[in-house]
Amino acid sequence: MSKKQKKDLIKITVSASLTILSLFLPWKFISIGVFIAAYLAAGYDVLIKAIRNIFTGRLFDENFLMGVATIGAFCIGEYVEGILVMILYQIGELFQSYSVDKSRESISALASMQPQSAHLVCDGKISDILPEKVSVGDVIAVYPGERIPVDGTVLKGKTEIDTSALTGESNPVYIEEGSSALSGCINMSGVIEMRAERLSSESAAARILEIVENSAMKKSKSENFISKFAKIYTPVVVISALLLAAIPSFITGDAAKWVERALTFLVVSCPCALVISVPLTFFAGIGKASKNGILIKGACYMDSMSKIKTVVFDKTGTLTNGYFSVTEAIPEGISRDELTYFAAGAETFSHHPVGEALKRYAEKENIRLDKARVSNAREIPGRGVVTEVDGNVVAVGSIGHMKDLSVELSCFDSEDEGTIMYAAVNGKYRGKILLSDAPKDTAIEAINMLRLEGAEKLVMLTGDRKSISEKTADKLKLDEVRAELLPEDKVSAVEELMAIGGDTKLAFVGDGINDAPVITRADVGFAMGAIGSDAAVEAADVVLMNDDPRLCPKAIRISKNTIRIVRQNIVFALAVKAAVLIGGALGLTGMWAAVFADVGVCVLAVFNAMRAGKS
Amino acid sequence: MKKIIMLKGLDCAHCAEKIESSVKKIKGVEFAAISFIASKMSVQIVDGMEDVVCGEIIKIVRKIEPDVKVIM
Repeated sequence: MSKKQKKDLIKITVSASLTILSLFLPWKFISIGVFIAAYLAAGYDVLIKAIRNIFTGRLFDENFLMGVATIGAFCIGEYVEGILVMILYQIGELFQSYSVDKSRESISALASMQPQSAHLVCDGKISDILPEKVSVGDVIAVYPGERIPVDGTVLKGKTEIDTSALTGESNPVYIEEGSSALSGCINMSGVIEMRAERLSSESAAARILEIVENSAMKKSKSENFISKFAKIYTPVVVISALLLAAIPSFITGDAAKWVERALTFLVVSCPCALVISVPLTFFAGIGKASKNGILIKGACYMDSMSKIKTVVFDKTGTLTNGYFSVTEAIPEGISRDELTYFAAGAETFSHHPVGEALKRYAEKENIRLDKARVSNAREIPGRGVVTEVDGNVVAVGSIGHMKDLSVELSCFDSEDEGTIMYAAVNGKYRGKILLSDAPKDTAIEAINMLRLEGAEKLVMLTGDRKSISEKTADKLKLDEVRAELLPEDKVSAVEELMAIGGDTKLAFVGDGINDAPVITRADVGFAMGAIGSDAAVEAADVVLMNDDPRLCPKAIRISKNTIRIVRQNIVFALAVKAAVLIGGALGLTGMWAAVFADVGVCVLAVFNAMRAGKS
Repeated sequence: MKKIIMLKGLDCAHCAEKIESSVKKIKGVEFAAISFIASKMSVQIVDGMEDVVCGEIIKIVRKIEPDVKVIM
């Protein structure tokens, strides 16, 4: 509790005790005095503000209205009611301020992504400085349990880091000399020294924080609706109150009764519950998304995301791994393990994507490769490699490579199945290896999740060859695939799909590096695994911090949930206020109900808003 | 120039709205937005008018929410 909140609590207690005391006082004259004291104890600050507002001409301020309502109650002899309304109002305000603080705290837990200090290494000595003081090129040490203060490259040491604050991914990542280390990650096991590559303010953690904090500034439709509504709501209610006090009293002559009813109106005239809870709900939702590795750049995108019917994917790197992997090894006259051993061995020194794929496959199949047993490695660009493995001349490469080496192939493949590598040992054909850019393990689940979230049309756009793309689309059960597209074709394809979709929203998911124009064009642009790329972060509306396509349906689900809570709050607050207004006009509900409708609803709405941040 | 201003003690969302719309009307302000939850206001000010605008912002905040501390 803050100081101000403690003070408010004391005021409320004093006022309540005085009220109770005065109820037992036998002398009416004195008890009125005590009532006034109790009233002032609870509401002096409200009155001061109200008076100040008269001079600044802001008559629709809630302090002024609350002051008028309670003093009005006093004037018609309802002392206890006047005091209680003031006390309840203060309790409500206290609750409100407390719950807003709490929610701010839980959301700003994000801020703890940035450590308080960095250990600067200079001439072998370590001194602690503020992370903001670290310059590019400085060497800093990070100890186990600490957060990395700025983005950089590891110079010394190896460790595992917890990247969950950035990516939402809970598996630790191993880093060593030469690896990049992003700020906000927690060093888990070893001491590392790293070179700062970015200033603190430009590092990943600061950028994420900035996106999340600024997201509240891109307002959603419901927020704009509420602020417009708030502007007319208060004047309308206050004017109705005046009319309610004046007209019926004039007709019936029973002024006290109608003034009392009119005062109820004043109490409910503040639209605070709505005005607070809507942005708070969005913020809680955005905070939750960021904990899951999803950065949503504005509440307005949550509106759009909840209406997505068409999802367009880029293929390479988004639905597929973005690199080759071995799908099949077909040996000829030797065992499959031998084929793998020779082929991967021949590629030992190659950094070509095919070579990397073969090495990964060997590792997966538990086939050990030994650099010492490989010699005379030669790489023929665009063709393949020729290398000696255990003294055998091994050639791995395309058909052309085999022809160049006059290797006789016992089979020919005309079918375009992706990429096929042929292997020959000592001039004799020994088998072939099929490689493709396989769909991610999580892609099918992501597609199913999207369908559950109401996506009706799932499309894949790619620059890749048609036959390969169609196979991938088939595997993933997509509705449509457009292949062999140039980057500008992708933009027109998305425009065409948006036109077909009409009012429904279209999302594009891509890696954000080549797709920036399409990401910008779509209703909601998702950039995947992109926190390292400024251009992608700039272009995207939603940044997915790791390569898992399931984050896309997750983002949609969080948005829908958030929008639902926003609606609940709006409907709930308006319904209660309407009920109290009608009840108040008919004399069915008193000021107590009105106070509940004002602050009680606000507190409930704030609590409800916080649900958007829970799982 | 873009400026981030802290509004310490901002606990009335309605008042935040009012501050925001008044600040938007100041001459020299191109864009203003308040994040109620972060208690921050970001203002885009025409170059050369920073001092005048900042003075106006302080006045507006003092008028609407005297309890709020403006930290520039």
